[in-house]
This record gives sequence, C-alpha cells and structure tokens, in this order.
Amino acid sequence: MTGRIKDCFSTAKTASRKVLVPFVTAGDPDPEWTVSIMHALVAAGADLIELGIPFSDPMADGPVIQLASERAIERHVDLGNVLKMVEEFRRADTTTPVVLMGYMNPIVRFGSERFPSAATRAGVDGLLLVDCPLEDRGGLGVAMEDAGLDGICMVAPTTSRSRVETITSNASGFIYYVSFKGITGAGQLDSQGLSDPVNQIREFSTLPVAVGFGIKNAEMAVAVAEHADAVVIGSALVQVLAAAATEKAACAMAASLVAPVRESLDNMKSGVCPGQTEKT
Amino acid sequence: MIDDLPTDRAEHQPDDTGYFGDFGGRFVSETLIHALDELSEAYGRWRRDEEFVQRMDEDLANYVGRPSPIYFAQRLSEVAGGAKIYLKREDLNHTGAHKINNTMGQGLLAHYMGKKRVIAETGAGQHGVAAATVAARLNQSCMVYMGDVDIQRQAMNVFRMRLLGAEVTGVSSGSATLKDALNEAMRDWVTNVDDTFYVIGTVAGPHPYPEMVRDFNAVVGREARRQMLQIGDSLPDALVACVGGGSNAMGLFYPFIADQDVRMIGVEAAGQGLETGKHAASLCAGRAGVLHGCRTYLLDDDAGQIQHTHSVSAGLDYPGVGPEHAWLKETGRASYVSVTDDEALQAFHQLTRLEGIMPALESSHALAYGFKLAADMRPDQSVLVNLSGRGDKDIQTVANLAGLEL
Ligand SMILES: Cc1ncc(COP(=O)(O)O)c(C=O)c1O
Repeated sequence: MTGRIKDCFSTAKTASRKVLVPFVTAGDPDPEWTVSIMHALVAAGADLIELGIPFSDPMADGPVIQLASERAIERHVDLGNVLKMVEEFRRADTTTPVVLMGYMNPIVRFGSERFPSAATRAGVDGLLLVDCPLEDRGGLGVAMEDAGLDGICMVAPTTSRSRVETITSNASGFIYYVSFKGITGAGQLDSQGLSDPVNQIREFSTLPVAVGFGIKNAEMAVAVAEHADAVVIGSALVQVLAAAATEKAACAMAASLVAPVRESLDNMKSGVCPGQTEKT
Repeated sequence: MIDDLPTDRAEHQPDDTGYFGDFGGRFVSETLIHALDELSEAYGRWRRDEEFVQRMDEDLANYVGRPSPIYFAQRLSEVAGGAKIYLKREDLNHTGAHKINNTMGQGLLAHYMGKKRVIAETGAGQHGVAAATVAARLNQSCMVYMGDVDIQRQAMNVFRMRLLGAEVTGVSSGSATLKDALNEAMRDWVTNVDDTFYVIGTVAGPHPYPEMVRDFNAVVGREARRQMLQIGDSLPDALVACVGGGSNAMGLFYPFIADQDVRMIGVEAAGQGLETGKHAASLCAGRAGVLHGCRTYLLDDDAGQIQHTHSVSAGLDYPGVGPEHAWLKETGRASYVSVTDDEALQAFHQLTRLEGIMPALESSHALAYGFKLAADMRPDQSVLVNLSGRGDKDIQTVANLAGLEL
C-alpha cells in the first residue's frame, strides 16, 4: 500500500470518518478544468479521488460515464495527459490519494511495463482496471508492484467465496465492492444487502472496503457507509459536471454535490462501522 | 453422420486460463467472472454428454441441413487458369451462413443450462438472425443489439429478426456498428447475468468463447477434410476464408492445423485500401491490445482508443479479431492478407455470373484472394475457399453501389 492511500484510511479510521471518494473522468468536460475540479472536490470534503481514464469502449460503464469518455477523447485526452493532470494536482496537494480507473487497452498502448513507474512519478497512488482481473495482469502486475502502485481490486455480488479470498490476498490499497450487478450509474442500490458481502471481505482481509456503483446522494451514501469504510460517487457527479458552462461553475457544482454528502457522513451517529475495532 | 464435437488436441487448446500463447484471457469486469466460470464448466460438461452431442448432430443434419456440399467451381477455375477452386457451401445452410453452426450450439447449451433469455450482438445481422432463429425454435426470449449504422444498411435482416420474435435494440454510441453492439450486449449481460446467456457471434470475447465458438464451427473443417479426401484422395493445398472476428475461418482451419502441408490463409477487409486507414484489417495492419474480453490484434490509435473501421461488408467491419488467429499469425501456421471493397465486389459479380452462386460480400473477400492464389498455382493443385454465406442480404448494398434504387 502506498503512503497516501494508507495514511488516508488510517487517519479516517482514527477520526471515525468515512472516506468519501468522488469519481470524475479526466478531461471532462474540459481538460483545462480537471485539476481545479479535483481541488474543489477536496475542499468540499473528498478524501480520495478516482480519476477516470477515457476509453472509447467502456463496456462496464453506463451512458453517463461513456459520454464523459467520448467528450474527453474528442478533446484528445490520452493517458499522458491524465498523468500530467495528476502531476499538476500534486503541486498543490501532496496528501489526497489519486486512483486511476479505466480499461486495459490505453495502458497497453502506453506500455504496460513502463506505465506504473510513470504513474507513481506523477503522483498516482493506485490503479483500478475495470476489465482486467488479477489473473490477467501479466507484466503489468509485476511492474505495479515494483513501482509501488496499488492494484485496487473489485469484488462483485457474483464473486464466489473462494475467489474473494484469492482477490483479497492479492489486493492492495483498498477493496472496491461493486454494489450491484450492472453498469455504472444504473440500478437501485440495496444497501441492506451490503452487510453480508462486505463482512465476507472483512473475514479475509483487513484492507478498507469502498463501495461504489449507483450511489447518487447523501442519503444513499450514509446507508452504504453503515457497512463500508468508503463510498464512491461517480455517475451522479459526472452528470452534473456535464452541464457546466465554465470552470468556475464546474467547481461550484462539484462542491455543492459533495459537500452535503460529507456533512451527512460526518453526522452519522454510530461512529464505528463493521470491521473497525478502534474507537477514538 | 456427423462427427462428434472435437476431442482435445492438447497442443491446440487454450491453456487453463484461456490463453493461446499470449492471446486470449478474460478481460471483463469482475461481475462476469462467475458467469464465465459457469459457462466453462457447463460447456466442458455438455460437450461430452452423449445426449447433447446427439441432439446437436441431429439438429445440424435436419435443421441446419448439414453436411454442406463441396462444390468444384469449374468455370471459375478455368478463368483463374491455375489450381482447382473448390467451395465449401456454407451459404446453403439454414439462414444462409455458417453462423447457425454456432448459434445452434450455444442456443442448445443455454437450453441445457436452464437459461430462458439469450442476447446477441450483430453487425451484418447474420448472427442476429441465426441467434433469433434458434431462440424461436428453443422458445427462448431473444434480444439482439445492433449498431444504428448497421440497422440502416441491413434493414432486411432487422425485419427478419423481428419476424422471428426477437427484440432488436439499436446502439448509437461510438461508431454505432458491431463493436458498439458488443459493448451494449456486455452491459446487458452484466446486468442480467443470472438468467441470461450471451450468444457471442464469433471466435472473440473472453474465454471460453473463442474456443467454444471455434468448436461449434469446426464441423465445417471436419466435413471439408473428409469430403476433399473423398473427392480427390488428397487434402487441398490451401484453405482460404474471410476473417471478421474469424469464426468461419477458425471453423475451417482448426481440423487442418496438424496437416502442415495445407496452407491456411485468412482474408481481412482492406476496405478502401490499407494506406487510406479506412479498413478493418486488424491482423494485417493492427497490433496486440485488449478489446472485448481478450488480448488480441486490434486497430487503435496511439492513445489506445479503438478505431472506427470500414468495410463494404458489415460482417467484416470490426476492429478486433479472435485471439486464436492472433496466435496462428504469430506462430506462422496461418497467414493473413487483405482484399479491398472493389476487389470483393468484383469477386461477387464474378462468382454470380460464372457459377450462378451469389456470395455474401464477406465471403467475396475470400473468393477474391482464392482466385488470385489459384491463378499462381499448378493445375494439379487445389484451393478450398469457404463460401461462408450467401449474398441475398447484400443485394441492396450492391445495388446502391451501382447507383440503383430497388
Ligand atoms: C457470411 C458471413 N461471413 C463471414 C462473416 C464474418 O464473421 P467471421 O469472421 O466470424 O466468420 C459474417 C459475419 O456476419 C458473415 O455473415
């Protein structure tokens, strides 16, 4: 686990704080705005940022994130640009972890072997590949380990118990639990149903658990955070940003979506969530 | 009598993790891994089940109309002036292409697995029609995803699918062609994974699809091998097949892989010419990457974005290719060439006029190359071209290109 992700979760744990993870597609709606949006998200209460790598064929994404990818590609945003954005973000923010999320082919084209070190040099902390299970990482997996880039693994509602064990024993950073069978932005999330699968992950691993897919507002975030250490808000945020006409508006919109979620998470009464044993 | 499903030939199987050499794998979201495991297990079990195999054989014989004949194209061969040209007549199958060999197999597998809903992607509409046909017969509900551009240029097949009871959903994202239809089908599958069987139409996708689709189409090569031995007491010197995703080519090639003297040549769509960038020749002009669940050759730009392709034939208009072809290319066992739109159209007219057989535009690519190849060979040699489908579906396209309104 790299310093920033580890520190982020341990600080949060000490403070009984839920980790809030917004997702934005790099370069959407305007490549010039992404870094400012990232700062605005942090200022509004985000703890960790997931930055989407635009891809032409995002099989696991719904229309909202797919269109965001298309907009970014139209503006010629490639993986090199994404790393530059993180580099620029790091000039003003050295603590907030950044996890890149995307698909395999842009990484292959950049160079699977050279990407992880380039990413960590730029200040990236983790990589979540939607279409690349652990077993298929090949040389990329080795290079990630060498570079100290966390490989964030997904666990889905369909993942078998024995596979959960395999995944968790190879994962680093945190575990991303996909809250329902479906694509990003879809579905009616059933937060009640999260208890068993999240507990199963915790049986095998002490890594923090983030839950994502379908969390749209503060109320849903709170319901999810009853079970999880971190909540991811993706499509809802991307959808809002798509309508922004200026950089300033985009930052304000991002903040006004994230701030109430932050506030609701901080107002959660329990202060302890399953799997967390320390109280402060 | 139709042969059994192929038995294992260890050296030509993907390894346990689904790789042919460096190509293949399971590049899908975690949600689908369980479904792929389930599919691998079910396929492994039913392909060896006596009842399943018997039912498959009966359906291939009585429903699809197998075995398909081998036809010696005498006039075409005379014009070529070299080797004898033989045609494997997959165009005579029910629904008019090799595609039904695969949908028959997958549809039956879905039935044995208790899945009541099947989904499919389609480009030309041939695979969609073949899937809808089998679904009608097996009383499965069927959803076909098709790019909006393809819906436009293959309107007849869209109507055919609807007549068969399938729902056809247009896909407007990306290039609105086959690759985007495949994305959308994957999204459906991820969402409805418990009750839905995804019938992939070619030897691409995540493991075990490339292996399974090849096996279901390998009946083409097994028949052809036997038929050629009966006809001329020798194997053909060369096999020629068009390659979109590569299922008709893999089906023909596979049973000949161990016959080292038989050349295997896959023909890709050069569209308006490889140099124009407007083509669909992933093996000839692409490079290794990851698309639609597997590591394979594909067409992308320097940022790794998948490129839009072009071919006069919708069935070849795809930026990837099955991983086993990528492997056959790398090992040198098969070679891959490309044929332009114009050359394919010329071959379409040539076969129609010389032999009274109207080939699909996809198959016309194989014919164009087969003709050139035969011309450079000796009269005692033979070339076997896979006539993967018939051209009825393409009449509109051919008329439009000639400036005619039907
Ligand atoms: C007649 C025919 N031949 C060939 C193809 C290309 O597919 P494949 O390369 O999988 O055989 C198609 C696809 O629609 C087709 O309809």
